[in-house]
Amino acid sequence: MTIATGNWVAIGNISDIPELGSRRVMAGKKTIAVFRTGPSEVFAIEDSCPHKGGPLSQGIVHDGCVTCPLHNWVISLSTGEAQGADEGRAKTYPTMLDGETILLDAQALT
Amino acid sequence: MKQKLVIIGNGMAPGRMLEHLLESDPDAYDITIFNAEPRVNYNRLMLSPVLSGEKNYEDIITHDDAWYAKNSITLHKEEPVETIDRASKTVTGKSGITAGYDKLVIATGSNPIMIPLPGADLDGVLTYRDLDDVERMVRASRAMRHAVVIGGGLLGLEAAAGLKMQGMDVTVVHLADYLMERQLDQSAAHLLERAFAQKGVAVHTSANTKEIVGDAGKVAAVLLDDGTRIEADIVCMAVGIRPSVDLAKRAGLDVHRGIVVDNNMRTSDADIFALGECVEHQGECYGLVAPLYEMAKVIADNLLEGASTYAGSVTATKLKVTGVDLYSAGDFADGENREEIVLRDANAGIYKRLVLQDNKIIGAVLYGETLDGPWFFDMLKKGADVSSMRDTLIFGQAFQGAEPLDPMAAVAALPDDAEICGCNGICKSTITDTIVSKDLSTLDDVRAQTKASSSCGTCTGLVEQLMALTLGDAYNPNAVTPMCACTDLGHSDVRRLIKTKNLRSIPAIQQELEWKTSNGCAKCRPALNYYLISDWPGDYADDYQSRFINERVHANIQKDGTYSVVPRMWGGQTSSLELRTIADVVDKYNIPTVKVTGGQRIDMLGIEKEDLPAVWADLGKAGFVSGHAYAKGLRTVKTCVGTDWCRFGTQDSTGLGVRIEKFMWGSWTPAKVKMGVSGCPRNCAEATCKDVGVICTEAGFEIHFAGAAGLDIKGTEVLGSVKTEDEALEYIVALVQMYREQGHYLERIYKWAKRIGLDEIRSQIMDQPERRKAFFDAFVYSQKFAQVDPWTERVSGKDKHEFNPMATLTLEAAE
Ligand code: SRM
Ligand SMILES: Cc1cc2nc3c(=O)[nH]c(=O)nc-3n(C[C@H](O)[C@H](O)[C@H](O)COP(=O)(O)OP(=O)(O)OC[C@H]3O[C@@H](n4cnc5c(N)ncnc54)[C@H](O)[C@@H]3O)c2cc1C
Ligand code: SF4
Ligand code: FES
Repeated sequence: MTIATGNWVAIGNISDIPELGSRRVMAGKKTIAVFRTGPSEVFAIEDSCPHKGGPLSQGIVHDGCVTCPLHNWVISLSTGEAQGADEGRAKTYPTMLDGETILLDAQALT
Repeated sequence: MKQKLVIIGNGMAPGRMLEHLLESDPDAYDITIFNAEPRVNYNRLMLSPVLSGEKNYEDIITHDDAWYAKNSITLHKEEPVETIDRASKTVTGKSGITAGYDKLVIATGSNPIMIPLPGADLDGVLTYRDLDDVERMVRASRAMRHAVVIGGGLLGLEAAAGLKMQGMDVTVVHLADYLMERQLDQSAAHLLERAFAQKGVAVHTSANTKEIVGDAGKVAAVLLDDGTRIEADIVCMAVGIRPSVDLAKRAGLDVHRGIVVDNNMRTSDADIFALGECVEHQGECYGLVAPLYEMAKVIADNLLEGASTYAGSVTATKLKVTGVDLYSAGDFADGENREEIVLRDANAGIYKRLVLQDNKIIGAVLYGETLDGPWFFDMLKKGADVSSMRDTLIFGQAFQGAEPLDPMAAVAALPDDAEICGCNGICKSTITDTIVSKDLSTLDDVRAQTKASSSCGTCTGLVEQLMALTLGDAYNPNAVTPMCACTDLGHSDVRRLIKTKNLRSIPAIQQELEWKTSNGCAKCRPALNYYLISDWPGDYADDYQSRFINERVHANIQKDGTYSVVPRMWGGQTSSLELRTIADVVDKYNIPTVKVTGGQRIDMLGIEKEDLPAVWADLGKAGFVSGHAYAKGLRTVKTCVGTDWCRFGTQDSTGLGVRIEKFMWGSWTPAKVKMGVSGCPRNCAEATCKDVGVICTEAGFEIHFAGAAGLDIKGTEVLGSVKTEDEALEYIVALVQMYREQGHYLERIYKWAKRIGLDEIRSQIMDQPERRKAFFDAFVYSQKFAQVDPWTERVSGKDKHEFNPMATLTLEAAE
């Protein structure tokens, strides 16, 4: 699927993601984890934990963060920053909602 | 030679007397106790929280076996005394045990009154006095629906609230015009009745029971004088108590309503004391603990050659029903020369009334807000003149002088000699002084050292405030380990509150229990999800977003983000078809690693997430279902070859293992559950380090539990032995269900057992058939919803979104 409207690419409908859940978007070699934290709140972040590369898309979502499924680091969805004593940062990508359509900034993917 | 002291009855009053006696002179007497109940001493006041499920029996034990052993006291359990021979100074119990005494204390308590209604002897008519009664009611509540409580006094209402919390439909039938007519006035009783209606308890006042209707020897309904018929599976008769005096009467002691004592608590025989509810002192019999504790002190002193006297008591009452705040003391009937002060706040549901005579408080009823109860009661007992604060009196103590109604200020303002704990007669300064002198920091310590709030517990809030005042920031009321940073509550509290507050979703729990975060965290959400599944089977919809990835996708995540797949091989047995299917799947999907696990089955590792449904579909064709190798649930049941092949085998261990696994697969548990069945004590299936294990013998099956062989290593404990395979299954299932209902999330069976006590578990599973059956039935019921193979479901399309990416972008536009 490639529907480019300027830099924004449509990647799906908000209802494709369960609330407090996430889906993966494959972009070339990269995997992006797209999270939904509320009725109309989405975040996109690299699907790779700053600790040892764990797939963040598989973690539990809570309070604007995701807990990595491998060793429980807690990563902020808005900043990509590891919380608490852990240090590291996952890359984040701008997203936008157009009605129910989720748009991802394609520019940031390159 | 030491003098011999014999005590008849092992209730709360003699328990307290012994504490005083042992503290003053531990070596004065050789002590023997006869108790009709088959157990140690416990806090009878706390039976209501046990009935409602808010506490366990263990929580309310006041003196355990170790205490009797330590103090060299002989306790004969389940040995009611039948005769006292005053001539030879001996007492003899039912089974013939005889003990001689120099001094005797009769503390037989009282008996519930049974109205001789037609039908009063039917099966299902109960009273409310001891732990056996509570157990009967709890058992009934599991199997039956309708309960009628006859009597709307203190006990009847506590019983009604408890039965309601256990899920029964409850009706209270009360003879007088309004509830608790001996302790309340009509306005307070109205608020109380409304509170019960809101709980869903129906109340009939001015209702005279005519008959208990039976069907085949069992209770079927209660019939009132006016013709009303109320369905009933059980009837709890709570119409009052009568001092238990038969034994004393037969011994020829002076007895009126109770056993008559003088001011030293001696009966008409100078070597015999009477203590507790069985006593009549200056024409009064008491039914609350505070006076009994005063008596206990007096007797302890007289037993040690002292001469202190008992002068009678004024009592105050609190109702211990969660959500109902009620306090009453003294006399508050209308009358000449009496004035009253009333305060009402309809919105807040508050009603307060003080009755004054000659400028002194003679009665107080508080409903909805009872903080000032002890203060009013204190002035009532002292006969304090209240004319100087007449106008503001009803607003309470904090109002006198200071303006804000801050509870801390109110406690701070209490005089040093103000009574905080009515049951034990403990005043403010005793508590604060002990906190300082003994360096106490937890509520339990304060209870142990001062007795304050250790009986009915309603003054706990006051005691905590005193601790906070005395210790300042050093006081941490939440010494229990909280579940996680989202709450101050521990796992036990949360499990209890889910049941008692009827909370049925994660958001409901977070709202009602005041979670500090908007949607919890990765620690509490999986725990809450499990508790809800376990507590409301069939009703609660599993929240997959609150599950760890492995349980969400029914496979185990690996370090590189791929997954492993472990199908069930029942009891470790497999077949050529199964093996051939696995071989084909491994080839078809290029699975890099195939391994025999430590759990007698085969693991395929390194499968891409997208391939999982297809892999399962192929495995499913050969009859494979998920092995739940990822689940906090039933994992494996390892077996040995047993009588099928082994020359030492005593029973069909393979068959039993397969049967258990087929019965129990799919069930969720607090932490993983692994089992083993060995065909003889050589134990090739390593059953004695499992969560649950079975060792077969010629005589039957020895059931083991609470083993560990992971992070900790620990051999199992024996639960007990049974003769048949059917029994083995029933007992094991019941054990696991008990664990499912009580375990903390991630707490393996051995840790749970340590917390609950091995004996308690043995007693409930081995010795209490009804309880065992109830656990078994609850498990069977929940399996109806749990035994759905998650792989088949996903092969047919469930949770498709989990396995496929939402989008695959080709990035020409951006590149
Ligand atoms: C596959 C297997 C090892 C093997 O190759 O044989 C295995 C693999 C894992 N074990 Fe195990 N355990 C395996 C048998 C055991 C055993 C032996 C047994 O079951 O007889 C034990 C000791 C007994 C016990 O359960 O305590 C065992 C004690 C543990 C523990 C420590 C648990 C504890 O409370 O002490 C963990 C960690 C945990 O659960 O938190 C663990 C965790 C794991 C996990 C799930 C680690 C994880 O979270 O990813 C591994 C998953 C690998 C995978 O994807 O399959 N595994 N693990 C075995 C699978 C058995 C099966 O058929 O289901
Ligand atoms: C459900 C409930 C809630 C209550 N709540 C409160 C409350 O909130 N506040 C309050 O102040 N009071 C309350 N009470 C009352 C309080 O529990 C009693 O006043 C107190 O327990 C009486 O103590 P006791 O030692 O006299 O008798 P008990 O504690 O009744 O003990 C008497 C014991 O003697 C045994 N016995 C009897 N006959 C014999 C015999 N012949 N040989 C050997 N043993 C014998 C009995 O089995 C019993 O174990 C409550 C009572 C109940 C049942
Ligand atoms: S447990 Fe006993 S019967 Fe079973 S295989 Fe081992 S030796 Fe044989
Ligand atoms: S890889 Fe995410 S916590 Fe270790």
